[in-house]
Amino acid sequence: MTEVAVFVVSAAIVLAGAIGVIASRNPVHAALSLVATLFGIAVLFIAQDAQFLAAVQVIVYAGAIVVLFLFVLMLLGVDQAEDLSVDPLVGQRFLAAVAAVGGAVLLLLALFAGDTPATGARAVTAAISDTVPNINQLGRILFTDYVLAFEITAVLLTIAVVGAVALSRRGDDEPATDAEEGGR
Amino acid sequence: MDPLFNDGVDLAIVLIVVFKVVLTFAFLMVAVMFMVWFERKLISDMQNRIGPNRAGPWGLLQTLADGIKLFFKEDSKPDQADLTVFKLAPYLSLVPAFLTFAIVPVAGNFMDGGDGTIELFGHTTYAQLADPPIGILLALAMSSVAVYGVMLAGWSSGSKYPLLGSVRASAQMVSYEAALGLSVATIVLLAGSLSTHTIVSEQTNYQWNLWAAGFVPFVLFLIAATAELNRPPFDLVEAEQELVGGFHTEYSSIRFALFFLAEFMNTVTMSAIIVTLFFGGPAGPILVGPEWLWPPIWFFTKLGVFLFVFVWFRATLPRFRYDQLMDLGWKLLIPLALGWLLLIGAFRIARDQDWNLALVLAIAVVVLLVAASLLNGAIAAARRRREETETEAFS
Repeated sequence: MTEVAVFVVSAAIVLAGAIGVIASRNPVHAALSLVATLFGIAVLFIAQDAQFLAAVQVIVYAGAIVVLFLFVLMLLGVDQAEDLSVDPLVGQRFLAAVAAVGGAVLLLLALFAGDTPATGARAVTAAISDTVPNINQLGRILFTDYVLAFEITAVLLTIAVVGAVALSRRGDDEPATDAEEGGR
Repeated sequence: MDPLFNDGVDLAIVLIVVFKVVLTFAFLMVAVMFMVWFERKLISDMQNRIGPNRAGPWGLLQTLADGIKLFFKEDSKPDQADLTVFKLAPYLSLVPAFLTFAIVPVAGNFMDGGDGTIELFGHTTYAQLADPPIGILLALAMSSVAVYGVMLAGWSSGSKYPLLGSVRASAQMVSYEAALGLSVATIVLLAGSLSTHTIVSEQTNYQWNLWAAGFVPFVLFLIAATAELNRPPFDLVEAEQELVGGFHTEYSSIRFALFFLAEFMNTVTMSAIIVTLFFGGPAGPILVGPEWLWPPIWFFTKLGVFLFVFVWFRATLPRFRYDQLMDLGWKLLIPLALGWLLLIGAFRIARDQDWNLALVLAIAVVVLLVAASLLNGAIAAARRRREETETEAFS
């Protein structure tokens, strides 16, 4: 009973937030709707006993990534509604519609077609221990069985950081302009 | 997990939890009231003036008087404000400040193998509102949510100074969160658990993390926490000489009071977190009288020391410049916290594997020194390069 109530309320928040993201004209309101969605998902994680994922969801997504979105929105002052009547890329809308329909069809196929349709039963049948907190289990598995994937992800992130720094630096032969100096 | 929930949940247990919630709420409100008075009085002393002395004995009721006054003031709404967000922002500041205190153990005997439980209406329970498995991560999550209050308040005011304040705030709080998280990671490594109750019980009999982790994480945490709280010397967010009132310039009446409340409540909560992480929480000698009496006394004494320290910072340290703030955070605190985490990790492994501790220490010191000099070299090279391009631009 409680589980159903928690699911319904948080799913409603997730959906309302998701609709808010695409329906808001003001980009800051859209970013805030995204935060609501992320919180709803965090609550759903807690309802499934995945407390660590919930905490990471709030700390990383709500606490860092969306804050960076908002930071950029504020810094660049793009807090006005966009003019939606012009296509920045020709044929963008048509391609977006095709991608959306295709994605929905794939999702439905994954749910209902094939030999093993989704049933809602737990996919993982390994014992989820009552005595060991799931964060300990998660840590152990991450640093033993999946350590290679973990390290590759770490390298990927490092490459992304180096790439971002390289892109944002100005070239050697390009002296600083007055405007850039004033910003310091 | 809290032993309160061992035998399922019935009405009595729900009532006990509600009782704890009300108690925590009341404590925080009263604590904020006295913290405001304490800060004003202490700063007056340090600045050789008298401070509030009209309302009640020694001006103790000054905060109450100010609160009542703020309630009845006109609530002005700027024309350019985004009203929905403008009204939402104060609550986004206040709620995380309340929630963080839920994980702080305030009482219970942790000394000499005590398990830190108390008896409440015939039930055994922990002396904290909640002991979730994610424990201290809740504090980090709440401090990342608290950014929104400050940030949105500044943006939604539709005015230049608040916007500048909130842009500064978001960059500052996100930067220092990394240092804060890394110094907490050291403590989690030592305790082997995220739960605040376990972190406190691992520090029993004066094995305080303050020395077990070797002082550095504590200093890092204190600096990063001050920056996270936007308190002086890191109060660039408000910086009244440059930004009027910073992010809350356009706020008045009770909405302003809510920001004020959140700020002081965060100070109390952060001091409580410092006591929990580094100073053994409520642990201390049981001198005379009943066993349950002393832990809260020790807890509030330690809490008081840190409240004093935060006021002391404010009275004595000049404000950082923005570039100094970013240099300190990214080039000093984060590398140091990361290095110290690796050092503590190396010692843990050395102890488990029975390696020669002196040798491990020597290797660790050499590796960290090499890393530090590489980092220094990189920073120096970047500075040299920047100065070169600047001279070119001016010539």
